[in-house]
Amino acid sequence: MQLLPILLIVFPLLGFLLLGLTQKLMSKSTAGILASSVIFINLVIATVLFNFVSSNNETLTTFLFNWINVGSLNIPFEFVVDRLSALMLLIINGVGLMIHIYSIGYMKEDEANNRFFSYLNLFVFFMLILVLSSNYLVLFIGWEGVGLSSYLLIGFWFKDHANNDAAKKAFIYNRIGDLGFLIAMFLLYTNFHSLTISEIAAKASTLEIGNPTLMVITLCLFVGATGKSAQIPLFTWLPDAMAGPTPVSALIHAATMVTAGIYLIARSSVLFVLSPITLNIILIIGTTTAIVAGLIAIYQNDIKKILAYSTVSQLGFLFMAVGLGSFTGAMFHLFTHAFFKALLFLAAGSVIHALNNEQDIRKMGGLSKKIPATFALFVIGTIAISGLPPFAGFFSKELILGVAYEHSLTMGLVATLVSLLTSIYMFRLLFVVFLKPESDAVKANHHVHESPKTMLLPMSILAFFSMVVGFINIPALFSENHQFENYLAPIFEISHKLVPSHETIPNVTEEWSILLLPLLVIVSIILFSYKRFVNEKALQSASGLTSLMADKFYFDEIYDFIIVKPSIFISNFFRTIVDQTILNSFIDSIGSSTLLIGNYVRRLQSGNTGLYLLLMVFSIITVLFLNIIL
Amino acid sequence: METTMSQFQTVPLQYYIIFCSALFSIGVVGVLSKRNALVIFMSVELMLNSANLLLTAFSAYRNDPAGQIFVFFIMVVAAAEVAIGLGLLVVVFRSTKTIDIQVLNKLKW
Repeated sequence: MQLLPILLIVFPLLGFLLLGLTQKLMSKSTAGILASSVIFINLVIATVLFNFVSSNNETLTTFLFNWINVGSLNIPFEFVVDRLSALMLLIINGVGLMIHIYSIGYMKEDEANNRFFSYLNLFVFFMLILVLSSNYLVLFIGWEGVGLSSYLLIGFWFKDHANNDAAKKAFIYNRIGDLGFLIAMFLLYTNFHSLTISEIAAKASTLEIGNPTLMVITLCLFVGATGKSAQIPLFTWLPDAMAGPTPVSALIHAATMVTAGIYLIARSSVLFVLSPITLNIILIIGTTTAIVAGLIAIYQNDIKKILAYSTVSQLGFLFMAVGLGSFTGAMFHLFTHAFFKALLFLAAGSVIHALNNEQDIRKMGGLSKKIPATFALFVIGTIAISGLPPFAGFFSKELILGVAYEHSLTMGLVATLVSLLTSIYMFRLLFVVFLKPESDAVKANHHVHESPKTMLLPMSILAFFSMVVGFINIPALFSENHQFENYLAPIFEISHKLVPSHETIPNVTEEWSILLLPLLVIVSIILFSYKRFVNEKALQSASGLTSLMADKFYFDEIYDFIIVKPSIFISNFFRTIVDQTILNSFIDSIGSSTLLIGNYVRRLQSGNTGLYLLLMVFSIITVLFLNIIL
Repeated sequence: METTMSQFQTVPLQYYIIFCSALFSIGVVGVLSKRNALVIFMSVELMLNSANLLLTAFSAYRNDPAGQIFVFFIMVVAAAEVAIGLGLLVVVFRSTKTIDIQVLNKLKW
């Protein structure tokens, strides 16, 4: 049992090395099957571990070696499998396996197919280190590692310069967040003399609520989380990250990596519940992100960008839940979101595949007849993410909405608004792509084809989970059986003891209103958007206030103006004035003065041996003379 | 041996010092004033031998054989140096038909 967590990270690493080192030698199908079977073995191990920790309420600790042992600083390389990490293991390996299998079909035509799979395995390796680590520093290895694999995969088609720019953007935005994380680690070490998560939690739980040090630490951690999980102000990298292949968007930029921020906060829940100010900031940032990204998503025309903004919006929703103190709600929505957002991305990939790499939804339409299987899967995903019962999204959103209404009526209404935005942009996407009359581009394209089985099968499995997975945590109204809450209860036990939880079960009338109000509105939204979008003038260009949303609230332009332009100006200043003028002339003058002196001194070397001898004798006499008098 | 030592010591040490200094100075003047490379070479040997003589003299007066042993080493090294130096002079003479150092001034900047 102790060995299993090690095996978990060994297999993807082996897969990465094998695939990476024999790129040209291995055939494409072998590479895909090898990479997928590695993840399959991992999924089996993860299931065993999950069963172990969910049946016995204990954590499994695997000590590998003492990584850093200097003075009082002791950082072990240690893995912890508890209920939280076991859940993440299931998500990473489960969704990961589906996406690996899907990629066999999707990447078949690509010449760098083997490199792609090696990167995917590398990503899984780092993601597993991230969730398994028992201390913040080893977690940080995984944190940086997933950033690296994300960079490699966004820039996978590196021949197109725009992709490289997107990759660099993602990497640099993440560095800003990482700085916060690093500062948080320094502060944690100076205050708690340890970086082990459980030890810090134990020591922190003795502090009083609102401790200023804790507030700074949690704020810094949150800055790290905003970078990785694409929150305002660091969210603009995620839509650009869609430059990577679609399976990557599904795995890294929807289901797993971007949820690392939520995971980090859930892991450090004790620190966060003790800092109510930080929680409020998280709440504000999360809500703003959810609304802004949701509004932007409504006016985008790139199928993957819409889903990317949707992801940002859903992540904002998760942070909102965390800000309200509902770690369980956030984890539950993270869990369900991983399935249906991966499904939606894969289905979008299937559409793109069918139309030969066309991503603009203005050039789509009427695809429901041409690719019916993808259509059906996309419908399932859309229903699940919109929160219509009985699919998964309904249950997880309901849990968060319940907490929001418990917090205050305003907060509840805002949360409802966010989830309504989801259904607007998702149904717009669905109707425009599949039900609108065919666009000219589609009519002209005679090669529209359904995806192969290797792509449809994993999507179907994800669709199945998107439908049923919500039932593990049925709303209080219908059942007293909260499997998911009970499952995660031991993880958040300390934090709930410290601060009485908001996660109390609302009374029956409230529950009904929470359930029914959004449902009614969603249904009317669907009807409205059906009328609005299933016709020719569905995509008239935006004007007035809506153009603001279509232009993404000018976030990129604002950053360009505030940060990029000044830094280019400063760099130019240092290049032309400081370097080329001041430093350069200084260095040059050293060289030229040496030349000048040399020009005079070399005349001493006249070739006249007698002179040399004379000089030699006089020098020796001078030295002797000096020796005597000094 | 003892008798030789004591006979040496009958001559005052100052004499040796003055004599060696004179010999050395002659060598220096020879090096500075002569144009013939061979004569310069001989003058250098003269300086070397004045130093040798002084070493043996001190050695005898202090009853310490180390100085005399040192002289043997110097003589061996000097012999090797002479072989090379004379060889060089021969080569120089063959190519330029002269060993006048005023003429040998090609080696410069």
